[in-house]
Amino acid sequence: MGNDAHTPDATASVDFEQVQKTEQFQELRKRHRSFVFPMAVAFLLWYFAYVLLADYAVDFMSTKVWGNINVGLILGLLQFVSTFAITGWYVSYSNRRLDPIAADIRNEIEGHEFDKDGNRVSGANK
Amino acid sequence: MITVPLAVDVAALKDTTLLNMGIFGLFVAVTMVIVFRASKNNKTAADYYAAGRSFTGSQNGTAIAGDYLSAASFLGITGAIAINGYDGFMYSIGFLVAWLVALLLVAELLRNTGKFTMADVLSFRLKQRPVRIAAAISTLAVCFFYLLAQMAGAGSLISLLLGISDWGGQALVIIVVGALMIMYVLIGGMKGTTWVQIIKAILLIAGAAVMTLWVLAIYGFNLSTLLGAAVETANNPAVLNPGLQYGKTNTSKLDFMSLGLALVLGTAALPHVLMRFYTVPTAKEARKSVVWSIWLIGLFYLFTLVLGYGAAALVGAETIKSAPGGVNSAAPLLAFHLGGPLLLGFISAVAFATILAVVAGLTITAAASFAHDIYASVIAKGKADAATEVKVARRTVVVIGVLAILGGIFANGQNVAFLVALAFAVAASANLPTIIYSLFWRRFTTRGAVWSMYGGLGSAIILIIFSPVVSGAATSMVKDANFAIFPLSNPGIVSIPLAFILGWLGTILDRNKEDSAKQAEMEVRSLTGVGAEKATNH
Repeated sequence: MGNDAHTPDATASVDFEQVQKTEQFQELRKRHRSFVFPMAVAFLLWYFAYVLLADYAVDFMSTKVWGNINVGLILGLLQFVSTFAITGWYVSYSNRRLDPIAADIRNEIEGHEFDKDGNRVSGANK
Repeated sequence: MITVPLAVDVAALKDTTLLNMGIFGLFVAVTMVIVFRASKNNKTAADYYAAGRSFTGSQNGTAIAGDYLSAASFLGITGAIAINGYDGFMYSIGFLVAWLVALLLVAELLRNTGKFTMADVLSFRLKQRPVRIAAAISTLAVCFFYLLAQMAGAGSLISLLLGISDWGGQALVIIVVGALMIMYVLIGGMKGTTWVQIIKAILLIAGAAVMTLWVLAIYGFNLSTLLGAAVETANNPAVLNPGLQYGKTNTSKLDFMSLGLALVLGTAALPHVLMRFYTVPTAKEARKSVVWSIWLIGLFYLFTLVLGYGAAALVGAETIKSAPGGVNSAAPLLAFHLGGPLLLGFISAVAFATILAVVAGLTITAAASFAHDIYASVIAKGKADAATEVKVARRTVVVIGVLAILGGIFANGQNVAFLVALAFAVAASANLPTIIYSLFWRRFTTRGAVWSMYGGLGSAIILIIFSPVVSGAATSMVKDANFAIFPLSNPGIVSIPLAFILGWLGTILDRNKEDSAKQAEMEVRSLTGVGAEKATNH
């Protein structure tokens, strides 16, 4: 067992720069980033808006809505709801839009590899 | 018909010591048997550190919940809500929302690129030696802070249960807990530890669920009535509003922001959580495990809201504060109030198990990082065989165990959730910028990583040393001195942005370019899972 983080033999001869340039991989990269980046920005903004309100808008957060339940508690519980919702949304997005294309690329590399000139070589001829 | 004793008689707790110890002893015996059985298959380093990558997503998700729902979540948050009301709830929300960072940005990509430790990913396309050493040092530092918190929790719990309030008695208890945890990790490795986490998570969530339903039943399943009762006992309507603890001055408001920042950015940078992603066979299972843990953890934090206000209503903040163990004793006192000695015994055993399991998880992470990143890669320059590496890891476990015991004796008495928040701040400052940059920023260089990690780690720790946590306040660790020149008790708001800026600055000032082939490899691997470490079969 080696101590390098990354020396599985099967992919030692793959030219990853070629793979990185393929349209298919660029599409995967785009799909991944176009989902996770805006989503990360959105939930962080929503979370910090909540923290700022709890910190500096105490009167607003203390407004009673129903019985002893106030705005602060409702917004806090909504943080739970949004966390669960984003989790579900991400899972369904990855299953539909990311996993199939990632599996295609993986099979292609593990079956047919790109040599250093960018030509596809079948796995058996290596 | 539920009969509820009028008040909690803290002195009466001592009479139930034998029962508590019996339940706890049973848990230790059962888990030891499981750990022994699990350890039979520990042959390779992948077995010892990553449990042969053989756990399913749901098993690992439960284990992550077990790792994450530490004494801080159970004892600390319940106590914080019971005493500070709404401000304590902030911990629950921050600890949960933080999982989205892990889910969206880190978990799967990390599983696809690494092998055993966080440093595997960070040093993937940068220069191995400096980055690995920096990552290992920050892993050890975060684990140490987290261990302090767990040990402080153990001290609080025992002082309550056995009525031990003298320093020597509590120190002895911390030594016993430490020795037990060393045994688990030495024998069981990651597989044994994971099983302990799974059992503990189920017991903890079940125990909290029972108490939650019980409290709700007392108030006719009406949250508003429960909150009303909490206000009545506290004789202060402000327990329902934000600001009771943090709203006093402008400085304390800033401290609240700092805490919020550290909580949400810390989780995805905790080495012991990251290491759990390696115990599953694929990135898809890593995703599944995060989803599982988000549901379990979210559910549990909803319980803490009821438990905290329940303790505020039924036990009362004054009784909690004056009990041995202080703020951390809210949950056990509530259990005693509801179900008498039997429920107290069960809940205390669960809380103990929680501490033991989390400490075991932290210890194995720190040991793996030392043996794999510092010993095997740097000292032995990659020439150590797997057996030697595991041997070094086992010795490290003993050293870390001893350090944790010593640290725990000093941290005794602080709120556990608060101490854990410091570990989150250190993790978010030292690790998160480098994790994010190396996964998503092509141009990122070794200098950026080293600046960001040492800058983040150093600034966080220095700010903590010069904060009211260490000196200058009634609750400080060093009571007789005052060198608290930094006014905030959580350093996150300064050290986290600083670490991000240093990572960027170090990179743009670095004339060296990193290997673009390695960058391509890392990006392709992280997104597709090509060549990722597979499960080992036995």
